[in-house]
Amino acid sequence: MLTLDRVSKVYRVGTFGGRALVAVSDVSFDVRDGEVMSLIGESGSGKSTIGRMILRLIPATSGRIVFNDVDISTLKGSALKEYYRRVQGVFQDPFSSYNPIFKADRTFRILRDEFFPDTPAAEWQDRMESTLRAVGLNPGQVLGKFPHQLSGGQLQRFLIARALLLDVQFLVADEIISMLDASTRVDVLNLLADLKSRGLSILFITHDLSLGYYISERAVILYRGCIMEMGATERIFGTPLHPYTQMLIASAPRLDKKWEEVEIELRGEQLENVAGCVYYNRCPQTMRDAACRTQKPTLVAVESEHWVACRRYARE
Amino acid sequence: MMKRKVRSETLYFALRNNKLRVGLSVVLFFLVLTFVGPLLTRYAPYDYVNPLGAQPPSAKYWFGTTMFGQDVFTQFVYGLKATFLVGVVGGGLGTLIGVIVGFTAGYRGGMVDEALNMLTNIILVIPTLAILLIIAAYLKVRGIMTESVFIGCTAWPWAARAIRAQTFSLRSRDFVDLARLSGMSPWRIIFTEIAPNMMSYLLLVFILQFGGAILNAATLDFIGLGPTNAVSLGLMMNNAVLWGALLLGIWWWFIPPGLAIMAIVGALYVTNVGLDEVFNPKLREM
Amino acid sequence: MSLQVENLTVYYQTLRGDVQALEKATFAVADGEIMGLAGESGCGKSTLANSLIRLVPPMRLVAGQVRLDGELLPLDDAKRMSEYRFTKISVIPQYAMNALNPTRKIGKIIAELLQSKGVDFATILPELKRRLDLVELSHDVLGMYPIELSGGMKQRAVMVLSVLLNPSLLIADEITSALDVSTQKAVAEMLVGFRDREFVRSLIVITHDISILYQMADSILIMYAGQLAEKASTDVIIRAPRHPYTRLLIASLPKVGVRYAERRLSGIPGRPPLLLDPPAGCRFRDRCSMAFEKCMEVPPFVEIEAGHFVACWKEFGADADA
Repeated sequence: MLTLDRVSKVYRVGTFGGRALVAVSDVSFDVRDGEVMSLIGESGSGKSTIGRMILRLIPATSGRIVFNDVDISTLKGSALKEYYRRVQGVFQDPFSSYNPIFKADRTFRILRDEFFPDTPAAEWQDRMESTLRAVGLNPGQVLGKFPHQLSGGQLQRFLIARALLLDVQFLVADEIISMLDASTRVDVLNLLADLKSRGLSILFITHDLSLGYYISERAVILYRGCIMEMGATERIFGTPLHPYTQMLIASAPRLDKKWEEVEIELRGEQLENVAGCVYYNRCPQTMRDAACRTQKPTLVAVESEHWVACRRYARE
Repeated sequence: MMKRKVRSETLYFALRNNKLRVGLSVVLFFLVLTFVGPLLTRYAPYDYVNPLGAQPPSAKYWFGTTMFGQDVFTQFVYGLKATFLVGVVGGGLGTLIGVIVGFTAGYRGGMVDEALNMLTNIILVIPTLAILLIIAAYLKVRGIMTESVFIGCTAWPWAARAIRAQTFSLRSRDFVDLARLSGMSPWRIIFTEIAPNMMSYLLLVFILQFGGAILNAATLDFIGLGPTNAVSLGLMMNNAVLWGALLLGIWWWFIPPGLAIMAIVGALYVTNVGLDEVFNPKLREM
Repeated sequence: MSLQVENLTVYYQTLRGDVQALEKATFAVADGEIMGLAGESGCGKSTLANSLIRLVPPMRLVAGQVRLDGELLPLDDAKRMSEYRFTKISVIPQYAMNALNPTRKIGKIIAELLQSKGVDFATILPELKRRLDLVELSHDVLGMYPIELSGGMKQRAVMVLSVLLNPSLLIADEITSALDVSTQKAVAEMLVGFRDREFVRSLIVITHDISILYQMADSILIMYAGQLAEKASTDVIIRAPRHPYTRLLIASLPKVGVRYAERRLSGIPGRPPLLLDPPAGCRFRDRCSMAFEKCMEVPPFVEIEAGHFVACWKEFGADADA
């Protein structure tokens, strides 16, 4: 359904834009119909940037993003609006997603004005209510309220309902449950997974490995704008091959195992290695060699549905 | 239901805020005087009513008379009208231009922002006095409106800057992104999503522009670059000094207008501080 | 040392009445114990932390007392409490790493703080340097401005600062939530290291992330809507919790190894009550599947087995008579 083909995002920083900050570098992957794909990375990995490029909130510097065989980077005007009928996003902070001085259901009214101006009021009301029920909300309890009167979980469900009102095919979910309470997180997560049965595809952006594992069939591990490892979730978590993935899995706090001894390089913050592998400076000595510093590794298929960008696996 | 509570909470604090009460009262007092004053006097500002020339305040001439026997009180109340007019037109125009420039620069960012920034800085730096002198040389007859427009066109930069900064910070909020994802056009987003969030801020900006315009006009009038065919508080002071009121001790000619300007502008600033406290809960003293 | 909190009740004054944020909290932290304080938003954990450090309006001390090493703390006397701060009881507040004065070098910040406590910077410098080595910060950091440091480095600097005077108790409020997973692990392990090296005697670690607590805490105290729900050793809380809320909470956490397709987790329907006018008795009863009439009374926080406290009528066998 959605394909990213060598997408990059470079920011110009410094006086007169002298320096370049590479947020996303040559990223390619695809999301199929009716699947949940996790984009897993820490801060600075570029995962949110990718989400925003897919949503056309920021332009890509190079590469193509293709949705159902249409290159979306050139869309504008009514074509862009058509795109938004199919592709929507939900963001991290439920309270920042609403204009605090208006009621929450104003977001629905905006949708109606922009996309369904000819729908009669009664039909719209029915549609709203059934969609709200579909996301587990009671219309009587949430309509006509201000954002601060609703909980984070309700607000996020509201936003998912908003996307459903448009008959979306693709949803970008950027850390949508990280600001929710633990007891409501899993319910919103389940809702997301249930949407798959409607034919929806979801790009689930997160830094939390356990969430990615829970909900997605396939995953992409990002570090500093580059893909480190990619493929079926079970394969990646079962046999992590990239040093970064191994470090992530070992460092993430878990409820079933205590932390093992994992060597973590902490001294200062070295600049990225621009020329070669981005992970070079943090890679354990035992796993890297001199060529890693100068040569950028390419994604190599190690087994079916499992790719790694690491020279150790390219040598065969 | 909740909105009513929120609004009345603002009102509650507004009514209790001393700075707001004092400031608004002073301004209102002078505003009322503007309308009521002319009804209290039979003369016109430049009528020669007192054959004795400069006389201190008395029962007949409440603020005394000028060197030429004109009633100072009459001049005063008509001058107030001019002062408020300049405030509204000059301040209003400055706010309007500032709003347009500020919103555009803040929302668009990038090259548009850079260009508008440059424009703002240029206007800020231009010596307005020099321009005024040139204009004065070409326009022998100048009215209040001309002065107001001039002030409006030169005072907007700082309003633009303030609004741009606020717009920047609001623009990065997720609800603006969601509005974009809903296919809204940029100007619609600015006016229906961003501006309503800034209402209190815009009000404060307007009040400061208003006060600033009055002060500006008074200064210009005082140094003789003001309107040629009107009466204003600044002009009164200009005339007073020109005709030796300081040397001759005709204090009633320039002290009332001076005090009035001080009071109005001061009250506006105090109102501003009070309103800031009302709108920003963190500044309130509970 | 030990911390003994008895009946601590703190409300927030607002225009619309008192928000009953913390209700009759009674618990103890032993010498050398790292206690995790967990709960969701509005549970009162931040209120608890703030009342131990700086109880100022709109917070109001309604009842209760706190003893540190046997000494009664003058909680509502902010002036007298300032003598205890940083010397006996120290805190790393949330977002502390963003609260460093950007116009001061790190060394100056530390020096000024020490000066306010009457400690000479020069005498403490050797120990400071030793500790910087321990957290793997170079000594150059003292001459740098906060903006030159990364998030992880700032957090470690703040950590060193907070225990510089060897306090008895350190309260760490959400110090790992803004960090990357690898830095999180390092920071958590450092904190435990502080306790092991006796830079600080006991720790209260406040977080919403229970998995971090599993890795570093000796015991966990679970709070809900201003009331204490359960306190026990970490293993017991994770593997054999007794309070209904704790049980549901632990069961709702996704773990690596659990997939939606295989086993669907579920959360707790409903949400915490508003504390402006909280329900009488146990505040969890509206969401609890096991609630019965006795729950209209506040259940006491009772030790049902060694070191395991629960506030639930069901667990005392009170329903046996019902």
